[in-house]
Amino acid sequence: MSLTLNDVKRIAHLARIEVQDSEAEACLGQLSGILGLIEEMQSVNTDGIEPMSHSQDVSQRLREDAVTEADQRALFQSVAPAVENGLYLVPKVIE
Amino acid sequence: MINHSLNELAALLAGKKISSAELTREFLVRIAKHNPAINAFVTLDEEKSLAQAAAADARIAKGDGGPLTGIPIAQKDIFCAKGWRTTCGSKMLANFTAPYDAYVIEQFDRAGAVNLGKTNMDEFAMGSSNETSFFGKVQNPWDRARVPGGSSGGSAAAVAARLAPAATGTDTGGSIRQPASLCGLSGLKPTYGVCSRYGMIAFASSLDQAGPMAKSCADLSLMMNVMAGFDNRDSTSLQRDQEDYARELNKPLAGLRIGLPREYFAEGLSAEVAKVVQDAIAEYRRLGAQTVEVSLPNTRLSIPVYYVLAPAEASSNLARYDGVRYGYRAPQYTDLLDMYCKTRAQGFGAEVKRRIMIGTYVLSAGYYDAYYLKAQKLRRLIAQDFAAAFKQCDVIMGPTAPDTAFKSDEKTDDPVAMYLQDIYTIAVNLAGLPGMSIPAGFANGLPVGLQVIGNYFDEARMLNVGHAYQQATDWHTRMPEGL
Repeated sequence: MSLTLNDVKRIAHLARIEVQDSEAEACLGQLSGILGLIEEMQSVNTDGIEPMSHSQDVSQRLREDAVTEADQRALFQSVAPAVENGLYLVPKVIE
Repeated sequence: MINHSLNELAALLAGKKISSAELTREFLVRIAKHNPAINAFVTLDEEKSLAQAAAADARIAKGDGGPLTGIPIAQKDIFCAKGWRTTCGSKMLANFTAPYDAYVIEQFDRAGAVNLGKTNMDEFAMGSSNETSFFGKVQNPWDRARVPGGSSGGSAAAVAARLAPAATGTDTGGSIRQPASLCGLSGLKPTYGVCSRYGMIAFASSLDQAGPMAKSCADLSLMMNVMAGFDNRDSTSLQRDQEDYARELNKPLAGLRIGLPREYFAEGLSAEVAKVVQDAIAEYRRLGAQTVEVSLPNTRLSIPVYYVLAPAEASSNLARYDGVRYGYRAPQYTDLLDMYCKTRAQGFGAEVKRRIMIGTYVLSAGYYDAYYLKAQKLRRLIAQDFAAAFKQCDVIMGPTAPDTAFKSDEKTDDPVAMYLQDIYTIAVNLAGLPGMSIPAGFANGLPVGLQVIGNYFDEARMLNVGHAYQQATDWHTRMPEGL
């Protein structure tokens, strides 16, 4: 599986990371190298094998649908880049 | 004082021979002297540390101190600590002050330990050399031109240079064990789920696990007694009874069966490291252990599997850094999308971007089955290899890393060469097993680690295995010169 420069730009866009053309060139070689490494997986037959996500195969715990957290909005917003009247500020999205 | 074990420090504190304030100050003075060169700590807060020390002294005076009360511990900068800058080694979080404590931090606070400062690390724990940190490289105290390993490189260098009695680390693919090996320390990655991940900044959630780094296995056991425990706020935390990790330290090793995986002594392992590891295994035979050859046939697949699963989970976890709720935001942008793209381009370093992009690619439409699902199936095969091996042995031993500490900048241009550093450690994370590295000697003047892999929840037994070796040898007491 080899990538093209356009693939790199598409992946970067999906990842919401701006890349300059010069960076994309360098990235292309490195990402292709890593994908080459990953390709070795395809040499093994895994038919009928259950995928594994947790070694103990535990299931998700459930809890009562109750309020457990205190309101800490002011504290949490104190580390935000831009807030006003308790709201997070972002560039205008609707004209 | 700087070479004392945690037990010795605890005895001095309990006997009022020293105060926690004096002990904390002694380490802060050493940090002020050596950290400008070594760069093991990224954030210090003398006032906070000394306030905790004073509180510990008051607690000891009242007679209700525990084993770690008053002992300064260096905290990897991946753990949120309320009121402390918590950066995860990234420009993205360079100005982030944590509004709450990680479970691990809460546990050390409860134990009365002193937070000595936050240690340097590879950005978002992605690296094996501590060279991806936004806050600069860390020197290996054994050879300042070499890397300390990573991602817990700051914690390893801090303890090796005796700037802290012990430290915390996290291990997703070897990030506790490899730096412990390269810096001549003992480090333990517990069974996945034993230490809560709450407040530990996420990299690859199905692999991330916190653990202790210290001078000896006896010290690790005291740290584990504080760090382990069930926590409702981590959905993968395991509900288990509290255990005393020091309870088996002094058991004799007679009858211990050590499995030696043939794949861990094959091509790629440096001859000097192989010799040190073989000598350590010979010492275990003298201590009464038997050895048996085992096979972990899917070892070579662990790197490809890891470099699908870890980046995939990272790309999802790191989506939260959008410049809206916390962390860095680009100063100039045209619209919301442009703000996201510029914030992330400027806030993340090259290795983090590479891994996010790999993860984004393998999770993109049409590729899920070929990559993520395939890797999860292979992950089970890798775990089954270990299950089969543990039918023949009690612990598995081998090298922690294929070589000793390499030179700074030696592997930074070749990500794949860097990834191969973790060939012996990654499979342990994939299987969710506990793994430990202990100092086993030196090759060309640089420390070599012996890896001990245990079965699920066998940490106490592993610490016993490490402790017995440390009673018979003195590698773990060696300290770098000039400090």
